[in-house]
Amino acid sequence: MDKPKIGTCWLDGCSGCHMSLLDADEAIIGVLKKADIVFGPLVDAQEWPVGVDVAVIEGAVSSQDDLKLARTARARSKVVVALGDCAVTGNVPSMRNGIPTRKLLERVFVEGSTEGRGVPTDGVPALLKQASPLQEAIKVDVHVPGCPPKPGAILQVLTDLLEGREPGLGGKLRFG
Amino acid sequence: MTEKVKIRIDGEVIAATAGQTILEVARTNSKYIPALCYMEGLSAVGSCRLCMVEVSGVARLLPACTTPVQEGLAVTTSSEQLSNYRKMALELMFAERNHTCAVCVSSGHCELQSLAQDHGITHIRYPYNFPKLTVDTTHPRYVLDHNRCILCSRCVRTCAEIEGAHVWDIAGRGIGSRLVSELQRPWGEATTCTSCGKCVQACPTGAMAEKGWGVEEMTKKKAAVSRLTSMREGQ
Repeated sequence: MDKPKIGTCWLDGCSGCHMSLLDADEAIIGVLKKADIVFGPLVDAQEWPVGVDVAVIEGAVSSQDDLKLARTARARSKVVVALGDCAVTGNVPSMRNGIPTRKLLERVFVEGSTEGRGVPTDGVPALLKQASPLQEAIKVDVHVPGCPPKPGAILQVLTDLLEGREPGLGGKLRFG
Repeated sequence: MTEKVKIRIDGEVIAATAGQTILEVARTNSKYIPALCYMEGLSAVGSCRLCMVEVSGVARLLPACTTPVQEGLAVTTSSEQLSNYRKMALELMFAERNHTCAVCVSSGHCELQSLAQDHGITHIRYPYNFPKLTVDTTHPRYVLDHNRCILCSRCVRTCAEIEGAHVWDIAGRGIGSRLVSELQRPWGEATTCTSCGKCVQACPTGAMAEKGWGVEEMTKKKAAVSRLTSMREGQ
């Protein structure tokens, strides 16, 4: 029998949650004995594969690309884990939500820039009106708050899911 | 004359004094009932709805902080129903404003954040409101961040009842309610503010903080504010 598959991705976040996963150090080898990581920043695959068992998604949904990737991951995965405060609450990326997108981009790329003035359009996805928590874009099965969540918590969630248990995190994690 | 009464809290018989509230009796007897707008030494307003309890013979839930005890009262402080409502109240507070815990001076010392953790809240079930709110930095020593205010009014009562200055009030209605200093004057221009900072110490979240602290660095001295009231008793 094939090993279960884990896919990870990082939308509008700082990669800190992925760093926290790496901070599990050698314990990650234990996870890799039980499952293969088939997609993510640490893997070469260009497209989210079909038949993923656990999707681990970091970051808020901020752009058209984020939305597309989140929807693909949802459609091709059995369980979706929202990893970290950005995915769970919107967190720092959502602090722009009170500012119209156009104004925001002009403030940064026109008023705030001395060189190469102008809002970039080539090779960058269009921003959505607001940065949303993952659960406002797709159905999320497990929420792991924290900025970032502790390596132990991420490992526990992965181990529980791979061994067919419901992750029991209530009361152990906090926002921030 | 103080009349003694006997009540039951979660089945245990407890002696109390008539006139005390359920919450006061519970706290003096080490029975835990969560609360946010209640603070020892201030009048109780029953606005946060976290201290709701079940009282036998009463069909609806009652706030423990404003319900006086009476002989034979039987209170249940925790049940599935209560836990559901408390979670709901907390989640609505998170959804209403922008509580970005990760970048808050009070993270790790915040009553809202720790109550959410105690109640096993891992996410907010309601859509976030993401309101556009201001941060008042006009006071030389303190800052007011409306994004993190839960309208508990502890600052309002601290200033009015303990300091006697009554700089703060809540203006507006419903979701448009805002904490205001002196009829909407910026805090730094409020002539009645004595800059004592007790409102800051009474604030349960990072809505009010001393300037100069970074993320997770602001700890509050709520007990010191409460102590002022008990020290003045009998004077």
